[in-house]
Amino acid sequence: MTAQQVIIIVSFFGGIIGGMGMGGGTLLIPLLTLAAGLNQHLAQAVNLIAFIPMSVVALVIHKKNGYVTFGKTVHIVLLAAIGAVGGSFLAKYSGGYVLRACYGAFLMALGVFQLSKTIKTAVDNKKTKKAQLKKGSIATLNS
Amino acid sequence: MNGKVKTTLVCGGSVAVGLVSGFFGGGGGMLAVPLLALSGLDQKRAHATALLVILPICIISASIYIAAGFFDGQTVLCACIGVVLGGIVGAALLNKLNPTLIGIIFALMMIGIGIKLVIV
Repeated sequence: MTAQQVIIIVSFFGGIIGGMGMGGGTLLIPLLTLAAGLNQHLAQAVNLIAFIPMSVVALVIHKKNGYVTFGKTVHIVLLAAIGAVGGSFLAKYSGGYVLRACYGAFLMALGVFQLSKTIKTAVDNKKTKKAQLKKGSIATLNS
Repeated sequence: MNGKVKTTLVCGGSVAVGLVSGFFGGGGGMLAVPLLALSGLDQKRAHATALLVILPICIISASIYIAAGFFDGQTVLCACIGVVLGGIVGAALLNKLNPTLIGIIFALMMIGIGIKLVIV
């Protein structure tokens, strides 16, 4: 398999995860370094660039559906943009291994966060279902 | 929550989202959603508006990375093709798979890959 084919396959996998709304980029970067052999900096750049067309399309769709809130978020967008400049320069001057190890720690934290969120949602859903079932059975008894 | 504390949290969190996304080249979306929820948006709006926060970050960060020489046209093209096709498949699969199971598998993958990145 050529390097290009490996990149397309791991990106396809990353895209599936992203399409499910689970932060595909966070897994695409390590897939690009571990499976396709890209260096950490290049993998991060590729992820940033690949995200631009995808988010433009998604944003247009969400905007049409009326889910995008502009007014209240201007300061968040501006402050985040300032942070991004700092973060990018920090990455530029960091060594490959430092960046990679930090990324690993970041990924572990996100994994734990995702795990607790998933379990919490599942438990909440079960509770709601149980409550509905209870309500349903009482309704049947009453009728 | 106290109004002042909330404002400080939201402003500090915004800078942090940018810093993290710029430094790691991604991952800001997962942080932007709870931040927007904190500033009063409901879940659906928070998810959609997170893209509005992330898009300028991506453009700025990508420009700085490219200017620093981290760019390869062919790699980017291959990645874009894969990501777009995968994104379509992922969106179509979303309602067909058990979200709890998928969520747990991805979380464990993140933790496992995270450990590997630190060790090797």
